[in-house]
Amino acid sequence: MTFHVDIVSAEHEIFSGSAQMVFAPAEMGELGITPRHAPLLTRLKPGSVRVKTDADEQVFFVSGGILEIQPHVVTVLSDTAVRARDIDEAAALEAKRRAEEALANQTAEVDIVRAQTELAEALARLRTLEHIRKTLGGH
Amino acid sequence: METAIDMANAKEIRTQIKSIRSTQKITKAMEMVAASKMRKVQTRMAASRPYAEKMRKVISHLAKANPEYRHPFMLEREVKRVGFIIIATDRGLCGGLNVNLFKTAILALRDWRGKHAEADFCVLGAKAIAFFRRVGGKVLAQATHLGDTPHVNDLVGTVKVMLDAYRAGEVDRVFLVNNVFVNTMSQKPSVIQLLPIQGIEDPELQAHWDYIYEPEARELLDSVLTRFVESQVYQGVVENVACEQAARMVAMKSASDNAGDLINSLQLAYNKARQASITKELAEIVGGAAAV
Repeated sequence: MTFHVDIVSAEHEIFSGSAQMVFAPAEMGELGITPRHAPLLTRLKPGSVRVKTDADEQVFFVSGGILEIQPHVVTVLSDTAVRARDIDEAAALEAKRRAEEALANQTAEVDIVRAQTELAEALARLRTLEHIRKTLGGH
Repeated sequence: METAIDMANAKEIRTQIKSIRSTQKITKAMEMVAASKMRKVQTRMAASRPYAEKMRKVISHLAKANPEYRHPFMLEREVKRVGFIIIATDRGLCGGLNVNLFKTAILALRDWRGKHAEADFCVLGAKAIAFFRRVGGKVLAQATHLGDTPHVNDLVGTVKVMLDAYRAGEVDRVFLVNNVFVNTMSQKPSVIQLLPIQGIEDPELQAHWDYIYEPEARELLDSVLTRFVESQVYQGVVENVACEQAARMVAMKSASDNAGDLINSLQLAYNKARQASITKELAEIVGGAAAV
């Protein structure tokens, strides 16, 4: 008897197929899952997920994520990197700081772009003036 | 005297042609770069879809289950303030892609202002930052230079700022504004509601069961729903990159075509000016000879 297993991460699909048994590093301890398991939702620790198919056993590393078990479907939503409360917190602070900085800092890149267009405009205007002066002076 | 002017004219036209030709070379190169990148970002867009789908499925199971605990991300509340996560590009030269997006965002914003709700923003992409600096608006967090291969990790911080604002009750609804890739010729700006999570139904499942949660539901649901929102935003970012490349390809193609037309008409003008100067020179010589 087999059931369907999907292992995906936000950036790509890792495994999709049927299996006899799946082992996953759940937060509360290693889980061995066979078909007709009760519905369960849990977080995963960094570790390896082993999928036992008819032919062989495949091993996938996950850096954490979510495991959902339905009687005939197991879904592993793998994270793309190790997640922890303090790491997320630091990332959020960084994003905030960037916003404050960009709004305060008037010499940021976007202003350089604007300055460049203004410079180009001014140069074009000068060239036109010079051209007019030349053609008028020629007579 | 007049001959000299014609010659000067012809020379000027020639330098003009030269400068347009070098611009055309650049736009053509950009067009080709965008075309080759587009294939890659399209596969990336397809690769990130399974996760979003599976996530959606899990969430729909959650919504249908009969849990002892309801997470605030799934509960409607009175709207006093809204949050927008806006995804634009880092670079320009991609036609009206960003402008159309901002127009849509401003319309949505005006709509909410009409209902007496102010807005906070989290922005992704340098163009969005430039826009909000000009227009004004409270930007809570930002991230730029995600590149052509964006990673979920680069978004986590920005998304978290908005989620924290929602948790703290500072915003009561969160929207995602980004371009949706229809096809190479067409990209459509869209506004979708991220929080509270809504409208996910799965008719297959009955509502008389609940998950076993490990650890407890409150903490677990928080991680699941956070990842759900992150995956939605990530999908938006990847899609926006595809839109950017497609829009740039089309914009650069028409720029190259326009440059070609311009060169043709200038070439014609150049030939005329050159011919005119030769004719005049001849006429002067003939006139001079006749006078002798």
